[in-house]
Amino acid sequence: MDAFILSHVEQGVMTITLNRPERLNSFNDVMHQQLAECLKQAERDDTIRCLLITGAGRGFCAGQDLNDRNVDPNGPAPDLGMSVERFYNPLVRRLAKLPKPVIAAVNGVAAGAGATLALGCDMVIAARSANFVMAFSKLGLVPDCGGTWLLPRTAGRARAMGLALLGDKMSAEQAQQWGMIWQVVDDAELADTSLTLARHLATQPTYGLGLIKQALLASETHTLDQQLDIERDFQRMAGRSDDYREGVSAFLAKRPPQFSGK
Amino acid sequence: MSELIVARHERVLLLTLNRPQARNALNNALLEQIASELEKAARDADISACVIFGNDRFFAAGADLNEMAANDMPATLNDIRPRLWARIDAFNKPLIAAVNGYALGAGCELVLLCDTVVAGDNARFGLPEITLGIMPGAGGTQRLIRSVGKALASRMVLTGEAIDVHQAQQAGLVSDVYPAGLTLEYALKLAKTIARHSPLALQAAKQALRQSQEVGLHAGLQQERQLFTLLSATEDRQEGINAFLQKRQPEFKGR
Repeated sequence: MDAFILSHVEQGVMTITLNRPERLNSFNDVMHQQLAECLKQAERDDTIRCLLITGAGRGFCAGQDLNDRNVDPNGPAPDLGMSVERFYNPLVRRLAKLPKPVIAAVNGVAAGAGATLALGCDMVIAARSANFVMAFSKLGLVPDCGGTWLLPRTAGRARAMGLALLGDKMSAEQAQQWGMIWQVVDDAELADTSLTLARHLATQPTYGLGLIKQALLASETHTLDQQLDIERDFQRMAGRSDDYREGVSAFLAKRPPQFSGK
Repeated sequence: MSELIVARHERVLLLTLNRPQARNALNNALLEQIASELEKAARDADISACVIFGNDRFFAAGADLNEMAANDMPATLNDIRPRLWARIDAFNKPLIAAVNGYALGAGCELVLLCDTVVAGDNARFGLPEITLGIMPGAGGTQRLIRSVGKALASRMVLTGEAIDVHQAQQAGLVSDVYPAGLTLEYALKLAKTIARHSPLALQAAKQALRQSQEVGLHAGLQQERQLFTLLSATEDRQEGINAFLQKRQPEFKGR
């Protein structure tokens, strides 16, 4: 079977490479299934403490492969909601729920669901030549893979509207200026920079990082009161972690901490 | 290891369902143990409330299908289970379900039988009996509709699909939602708060709440007033009011 997803685990980092370079790594059903298998491993394996997602070849991901869909203009209307329900929504939910950091290293064009998938990762590093295209509107579609939730929260309402309604190309630098991504680096440095960041995060207090991620995501729908309760609860749990104990001991002993992630 | 772990936390009894290999399925033996422990606790003046908990992934994922499959119609007619459920339901002190993970079928019915429900953010509630060609047989169709209303109760019973904890809270099935790692701790805290109050007042209040499901409003109000009057004859009522007026903690004696 074709390996549309490459993955390997090293030093606590699971690197996932979207691997259909001749189709700009656009998604088909088999690729979705292979990605789901990788995520299952990432969820179950405690030794994996950070996820790094990137694309093979010159693109990051061109979203849904339109060749894979029934697009006969004279045929019956396809049910696009089905692939959203079966593949994209579970993918976004699993990445959001994963109690470890997820980094996107955007090596080239990220279009459609590829763009919203990348922008939805916890930290995004993009190559200077990469760009993001909200291509949906030009086909009469709606940004999926979390796009309509994500864009107003990362870009603000006015910019989200412009991006989503026009569907134009946005450069990596523009995305960084608008605060939508963490960092832009020269193309040649992308692999090193993103791997260094991932390896650093994989040595950090993973349990605590997972709680931070959950708390920040919860804040999107919470009132201040609800969020203060979450902070109390999460701090209570974090305070009981091995890593907190280790962090304090290391600080008092003036030595570097050795976090286990628990 | 026993299938029902019994522990005491001050005046709170904690029952932990412990059949992880069967996802805490409630077979007859386990229901019988729950009933017996609650009956002991009902007689024990040092216990004021009880918490039932499962584990982090399952509260209880249903009844024991092997047991049920063997029962034909005559056997089902004379099944001991309704009597076991009735014994659990007769517990006269506050009963709190602390739910993490799945509470399905009989597990959900046990939750519905409890007075209040504290749940983890990973909790799910459902009555999937319909998918097996049967239906809820221990209060699922009766207690659910009384707490969440007709539309949602019918949807759950007729589709067999579970709801998540937020929907359950919105609908009134769950009183509090917490991170799953803290569910049991917070449920015990709630139980301890309850257990600080007068044991007789707790019993009377529980009885009044239960009766609201049995009789019309007029009769319910009358019964409430009778129970209220009954408490006026207790020493604890005197102590409770005196302590409040004197700005000190009350010391209840259960009489």
